[in-house]
Amino acid sequence: MRILQDQFDKNVLVTTVDAVVNWARLSSLWPMTFGLACCAIEFMATAASHNDLDRFGAGVPRATPRQSDLIIVSGTVTLKMATRVKRLYEQMAEPKYVISMGSCATSGGPYWQHGYSVLKGVDRVIPVDVYVPGCPPRPEAVIEGLLKLQDKIRATTLAKKS
Amino acid sequence: MRQAVARELRSDEMIINMGPQHPSTHGVLRLELKADGEIVEEAIPHIGYLHRDFEKHAEKLPYPQIIPYTDRMDYIAAMNNELGFCLAVEALFERGGKPIEIPEKGQYIRVIVAELNRIASHLLAFGTYGMDIGAFTPFLYAFRDREQVLGLFEEVSGARLLYNYIRIGGVARDLTPDFHHKTRRFLDYFEPQIDTYNDLLSKNKVFLERTRGVAVMSAEQAISYGWTGPNLRGSGVKWDLRKDEPYGIYDRFEFDVPVGETGDCWDRYFVRMEEFRQSVRIVRQALHQMESSGLLQSDEIMGKVRGTIRPPAGVVYSRTEAPRGDLGFYIVCDGTEYPQRLKVRSPCFTALSAMQELSRGLMVADMIAIIGSIDIVMGEVDR
Amino acid sequence: MTEPEIRDRLVAQCSQGAILPEGDDALSATPVEIRVHASYLAEVARVCRGDSELHFDSLMCLSALDRGDALSVVYHLHSMSLRHRAALRVDLPRANPVVETVCGVWRTAEWHEREAYDMLGVRFEGHPDLRRILLPNDWVGYPLRKDYETPTFYRGMKVPY
Repeated sequence: MRILQDQFDKNVLVTTVDAVVNWARLSSLWPMTFGLACCAIEFMATAASHNDLDRFGAGVPRATPRQSDLIIVSGTVTLKMATRVKRLYEQMAEPKYVISMGSCATSGGPYWQHGYSVLKGVDRVIPVDVYVPGCPPRPEAVIEGLLKLQDKIRATTLAKKS
Repeated sequence: MRQAVARELRSDEMIINMGPQHPSTHGVLRLELKADGEIVEEAIPHIGYLHRDFEKHAEKLPYPQIIPYTDRMDYIAAMNNELGFCLAVEALFERGGKPIEIPEKGQYIRVIVAELNRIASHLLAFGTYGMDIGAFTPFLYAFRDREQVLGLFEEVSGARLLYNYIRIGGVARDLTPDFHHKTRRFLDYFEPQIDTYNDLLSKNKVFLERTRGVAVMSAEQAISYGWTGPNLRGSGVKWDLRKDEPYGIYDRFEFDVPVGETGDCWDRYFVRMEEFRQSVRIVRQALHQMESSGLLQSDEIMGKVRGTIRPPAGVVYSRTEAPRGDLGFYIVCDGTEYPQRLKVRSPCFTALSAMQELSRGLMVADMIAIIGSIDIVMGEVDR
Repeated sequence: MTEPEIRDRLVAQCSQGAILPEGDDALSATPVEIRVHASYLAEVARVCRGDSELHFDSLMCLSALDRGDALSVVYHLHSMSLRHRAALRVDLPRANPVVETVCGVWRTAEWHEREAYDMLGVRFEGHPDLRRILLPNDWVGYPLRKDYETPTFYRGMKVPY
C-alpha cells in the first residue's frame, strides 16, 4: 500500500474518497479479450508469464464486455468490424477505459494510404484514453500504456468538474 | 454415448451467433450456428472482419516494400510468408532468364529462420488450442518457450513478431557472432520440452475426450477442399512441399514427414507436435552444415540485386510450405516496378472453407475444438 | 506429363473449340496458361479432374484479375497422384463477366469464387451461394478493378486517412 506508507502516526488513518476509489479502479482493470490482429499476439505475450500483466491487476481477461473495465483494441479495425467495436464499447459498464494498442488502431497503421476497408484509427468510433504506438508494440510498451492509464485514473475525481 | 445424449437434447432450432468477438483466441471469426439444442446442424463461417486489402496494396507498392505487408498476413509465422514472397519474385527473375544468385549463407539463414518460426508458430497453436479446450497451463509453457525463439529473432532482425528480414535476393542482416551458440542452447533445451508438452496435453484424458473422433476429414474430401499442410497430413496424406517440391536448399536436409491416421482433431494437432522434432532436426543440420563449410565466417548474405527491383515481364505461381499449409503467390508482372496483380493463396482460407461440412451433427463445444485443430489465423484468411 | 503433353491431351479430350490457341498477348507464364473458351470451362474442368492421365484432383488457386480490356480468371491445378500441374485461363468481357462455376468439380472453389466475385465482380453461374465474403454485404463496387475509387464514407465513418 504505497500511498499510505510512512505518512501518518501509528493509529491515524487519513485519506480521501477519491484516492481510495481511484486506487481500487486502477488496480483491478479487467480487460476484455479483444484481439483483432498481430497486436493480439503481443498482448497475449504480455499477459503470459514472461511479461506478466497480472501483477498490475489486469490479468483476468473477461470474454464478455459486461464484466470488463478495459477494452484494449489490439489490431486493425476494419470497417466491417467497426460497427461491432462500437456495439461492444456501448455494452461495457461505466467506468470504462480504452487503450488503442498498435499503430493500426491509432491511425490505420501501414494501411493508411491504400486501405479501402480499414478504419483509420479506432478513435473514429469510440473515445480512446491511451494510445500505444508500435507495430506491434513490445510487451514493455503495452505495460507502459497500462501504467499511463493508471496515472490517468489516479488523477480523476468523483466530484463534478466546475 | 454421444449419440444417445444427442438424441435426448433435441429441441427447436435456433440461430446462435458466435463472434466476431469471442473467447476462442483465433481472431475475428464469426460463426453462425444453426443449433438444435446442443447439436449444430450447420456452422456457417463469416469472414472479412480483418480484410486489410493486401492485394490492393501490392498493386501500388514496389516489390521490396510489399515484404512488410506479407509479414502481417500470417502474423504468427511471418518469416515463412516473406520467404514465400521472395521466392516468387526470384522465380520471376529466373523465368525471365536473369536468375538472382543467392549466396549460400543467405540460403542457410533463410532455412534456419523459417524453421525456427515454424517452431514458434506451432508453439502458439499448441498453447492456444490447450487454452481453448480449457487447459491454461500449456499456454503459459508455450509462451515461455516462444519468448526464447522471439529473443533469437530479435537478435537477428530487430523485431519480435513482424520482421521484414528476408529480402529479394537474400536476407537483410547477418547473424550475430554467437547466434549459433544461442540457437543450439535453445534446441538442446527445447527437445526434452516436447515430451513435457505431450505429457501435459496430448495424453491428457480430457483433451483426448474432446478431440478424438471429432470432425473426421477423409483424405479425398480434404484434397477436394484444398487442404494442405498439417491438416492434410492429419488425414493421412503424406504431402510436404519441402520434400515433394523442394525449394531453396531443403533438399540438403534429412527429415521425416509425420502423418496422422484417422483425420480427426487429435491427429491434426499431433502432427504439429511431431513437426517440432523435425524442425529441430533441420535447424541442427543447417547449423552443422554452416559450421563445417566455414560459412559462419562469411558475410555474404545478399545476392546482386539492384535498388529498384524490376523483374522481367512474366507470370509465376510459386508455393512454399508455411506452418499452416501451402502458401501460394501468383504474381503477374508487366516489367515495371509494381506488380500488376499479386494474388495470395492462403492455406487458412481453404482450411476454413470446410468448416460447414465438418461441423454437421457436432455439439457447440466441438466448434472450438475444430477451429483450434485447423489452426487458422484470420490475418491470412482475410488478407 | 509435361505441359505440352497436358495441352494436347486436353485438346484431344474436350469439345472442338474449347481450348484456344495461345495468344500474342500472353506474358510468359510458369506454369503455361492454357486458354479456355468461357463456355466450355465446366467441361474442361471435369475432364481435368476425371481423365485418368490428367487426374487434377487439387485446385491450388483460383485468381481473378483485371487486364484492362478484359477480366480473366486463372485456375491453377495440381495432381497429387501424378505430380504434375497446369494452369487454365478464361478471359471474360468487362461489361458482363460471367462463367460457369467449378464447385461441382473441386469443393475448394466455393470460397475462391466468392472472393473473385467480391473483389472483381466476376459472376459464377451455378454457384450455390454467390455473395460477398471479405467485404461487408452492403459494400458498393469491386475494389481490385483498376478503375475502382475508394468511397469517402461508409455508414457514417470516414474512410480516407
